Amino acid sequence: MTVVENRETMPVSLQVTSKLTNRLKQIGLHTAVFLLCLVWFTPILSLFVTTFRTESDSSLTGWWYAFVEWRPVLSNYVEAMYLTGVGRSIVNSIVLTIPTVLGTVLFSAIGAFALARMRFRGRTALFLAMVGFQVLPPQLVLVPMLKFFLALGLTGTFVPVWIIEMGLTVPFGIFLLYGFFASIPSDLVEAARIDGASEPRIFFQIILPLSGAVLASLAILQFMIAWNHLLIPLIFLGSGSLSPLTVQVASLAQTNAGGLNTLTAATFISVVVPLVLIVTLQKYFVRGVLGGAVKG
Amino acid sequence: MANVNLRDVRKVYNQTQVIHGVNVDIDDGEFVVLVGPSGCGKSTLLRMIAGLEEISDGQVHIGSRVVNDMSPKDRDIAMVFQSYALYPHMTVAQNMGFSLQLGGATKADIRVKVEKAAQTLNLEPLLERYPRQLSGGQRQRVAMGRAIVRNPQVFLFDEPLSNLDAKLRVTMRGEIKALHQRLASTMIYVTHDQIEAMTMADKIVVMRDGFVEQVGSPLALYDRPANHFVAGFIGSPGMNFLTGRYSQGAVRTGDLALPVSEPPASANEGRQVIYGIRPENLAIVEEGGLPLVVEVIEPTGAETHVVGHMAGQRITGVFRERVMTRPGDILRVAVDLGKVHLFDHQTEQRIN
Amino acid sequence: MSSQILQLFFGLLALPAVALVIILPGELALRRFPQKRQNSLRPWIWLSPVLALVGLVIAYPLVASIVFSFRDATASKWVGLSNFVWAFGTAMRPVLINNVLWIVVFPLLTALLALSAAIMLDRVRYERIARTFLILPTAMSFVAGAVIWKMMYTYAPPMQPQTGTLNALWTKITGGMPIAWLIDQRVNNYALIFVAVWMSIGVATLILSAGVKNIPRELVEAARIDGAGEWAIFRYVTLPSLWPTILVVLTTQAIFSLKVFDIVYVMTNGSFGTDVIANKMYSELFVKQNLGTASAIAVLLLILASPVIFMNIRQIRSEGGE
Repeated sequence: MTVVENRETMPVSLQVTSKLTNRLKQIGLHTAVFLLCLVWFTPILSLFVTTFRTESDSSLTGWWYAFVEWRPVLSNYVEAMYLTGVGRSIVNSIVLTIPTVLGTVLFSAIGAFALARMRFRGRTALFLAMVGFQVLPPQLVLVPMLKFFLALGLTGTFVPVWIIEMGLTVPFGIFLLYGFFASIPSDLVEAARIDGASEPRIFFQIILPLSGAVLASLAILQFMIAWNHLLIPLIFLGSGSLSPLTVQVASLAQTNAGGLNTLTAATFISVVVPLVLIVTLQKYFVRGVLGGAVKG
Repeated sequence: MANVNLRDVRKVYNQTQVIHGVNVDIDDGEFVVLVGPSGCGKSTLLRMIAGLEEISDGQVHIGSRVVNDMSPKDRDIAMVFQSYALYPHMTVAQNMGFSLQLGGATKADIRVKVEKAAQTLNLEPLLERYPRQLSGGQRQRVAMGRAIVRNPQVFLFDEPLSNLDAKLRVTMRGEIKALHQRLASTMIYVTHDQIEAMTMADKIVVMRDGFVEQVGSPLALYDRPANHFVAGFIGSPGMNFLTGRYSQGAVRTGDLALPVSEPPASANEGRQVIYGIRPENLAIVEEGGLPLVVEVIEPTGAETHVVGHMAGQRITGVFRERVMTRPGDILRVAVDLGKVHLFDHQTEQRIN
Repeated sequence: MSSQILQLFFGLLALPAVALVIILPGELALRRFPQKRQNSLRPWIWLSPVLALVGLVIAYPLVASIVFSFRDATASKWVGLSNFVWAFGTAMRPVLINNVLWIVVFPLLTALLALSAAIMLDRVRYERIARTFLILPTAMSFVAGAVIWKMMYTYAPPMQPQTGTLNALWTKITGGMPIAWLIDQRVNNYALIFVAVWMSIGVATLILSAGVKNIPRELVEAARIDGAGEWAIFRYVTLPSLWPTILVVLTTQAIFSLKVFDIVYVMTNGSFGTDVIANKMYSELFVKQNLGTASAIAVLLLILASPVIFMNIRQIRSEGGE
């Protein structure tokens, strides 16, 4: 009531100003958000546009000239796919990523199941170790792992990369799944036990089916990590015939072998899968990121 | 179907004993209710029978077998949980058939058994639904259906009705009772609600702090509670207690003499006792009797509850007639001498 | 090519098999034991795949790296502290200074921008779409980000057409000389750091947005009724409530600054005074083939990361999340 009275007694000029400042604030807000999105998107747009330009165009004018004179060519993609080995690298990236994702989800789920649903001495210590291992710099594993897999004669295969990528993410995976598994009511597990379900069956038929969303979150995060990693495959697969997209693109960029436009086409090919995934499966990605953040 | 016998059963958690040597014999086909306030160990005991908790000491027999080291699935029991514990990702039919499927039954066999159980519980139209699509009462019935399907020797219920509203609880109470009569199997039922215990049980086991306080039929417990705790726990409104001293054939408190029909067996003069009388064993009289200072009158329609005090101690009376009285009035009430309970003040055990 | 496909199928079968081959027979074996014994043995059967994996990939390298850091280039004899003397010597000094720059600038800039983004996005109705724009770079590899920004930073000498976006804008707007973003040592480290910021904002904004949405509306409304303006609300309500979340973002990004490799590898490969620890380690390992110094650098990374590791552990512990 008093608020209404105040407004009525407020000078008219002041009412107008406050309305105006509000309006200005709104415009300022929308402009700022728009500019932020624009700045963040422009680099990606420039990549995309450049993939359709010819070498000579690109050496003379910036990518934005494509909007002035639009003469798209597909030759960069053709060249990238067939001449620079990107086609082969797509296969390599898939061979590297899919087993890694599968293994990471399975191992994390098994570990989280044991940690969240069983009681034993050292449980807390083990869980805290997983928390600590999450932030360990991966560089630490390089030298010993290289020696180890050289001794086994497994370098030059995907085995070391799968295992190392899994090992580096599983502590995070356990952390992510632990919270969810621990929140599943114990009545449900006990009911299954009385129904005659063995532990593996409880795991596969009760826990896993209930955890679809969180498993998908872990899977998409690990997909991004494994698909996008450079260092580990660079060291264990080299830049030869087994190199995944990241390594291939990095070596193209460093050697300048195919020219700028081929490089951009190769780069775009390398990002298209994760881009599509993050747009379509954003919900799971967000859930994974938030679930994994060590909360304050 | 089978009897269940508990022999000196104990449970120890991190050096703290929570179940102290429980001995209970449950006959084949009996409906037994474990009742007591929260934390008394009744759920733990049930879970030990189910095999969900390790038995620290003593023996649990189901039928002729000692089941201490058996896993839950080998004990031939079924359990209904307070939360129902229905598998959210399975339909009603799948929920009910899960144990049979795990037991290796054929699909056709499962369907027959599930349909039969569904028929018993009026669940047929719901078989293809998921638990989230059901009401509380329906979920409750599915949980029971899941137990029935297995045709177990013993049914275990862990506070199965406490998530339902009051009205539904009464209905389901009747359904479970009817189910027991139809199946005639052994059922062990845990609740904190003494009315559930009274209305459903063949035999009640009253527990407190991990001890069994008394075992008996509902009316035996009601009429002859073994101690002060059971007397107070069973019955609603609860038994009235007046503390006083036994002297010259009556219990004296303040300037009142509470009448006793016969002197307590082991009572000597001057002993401190607790005098117990149930609210409905008080009657309004014109003359004599004891003075009850009225504080609150609660007419329920069928009967009238009068809360007041006598010699400074709180007393409730339940009367069939409609009492015309106001707060502050003094009501004369007589005690039904045959229904007086006397407990030792020290040991709290019954002494008459 | 067929060998790759073969390896794919091998991986898809072998990795799950490794886990299941331990657990399923283990469970069968357990059935012979009494109930009590089963319950105490079972966790270890289920933990064994993870223990083996983490033991091999993390625990063993942790110990081995420390051992190697005290041995010579081929890890064949003890050399005492000489690798560490080298690591703190003149050769490493500019590298360490660069990492200090990363550790300070990158987390602060990311947190600051992400915080502004989170607060702004919270007030617009098209939050999801705007958020998607910020997340897009997160989905890409740092290699791709580096390629993109190498283009953005393209430098052409004055008077020639500027094909790089930044220099085109810069020369157009200010009329100044084009800047060699990746070569000019006054700006090149910042140019690299900004690429990382561009790629990391998405996740940081997600986390901070969740934090902003967790602030109870009543709290803000109460402050408003108490007469607080927008700034006062931010200063006395939003910021204190968000502080733990901001700390999460800062520490995560600080750890990232220690590990940063890809961006520098692709954009400058450490030249023009942009080298960082991880790239130095790579060159010690592969160019100089020195296991000792490479391991010393790894141990150095571990030491630098350990405060955050212990902070996180303490945090989780105090939450009682076990």
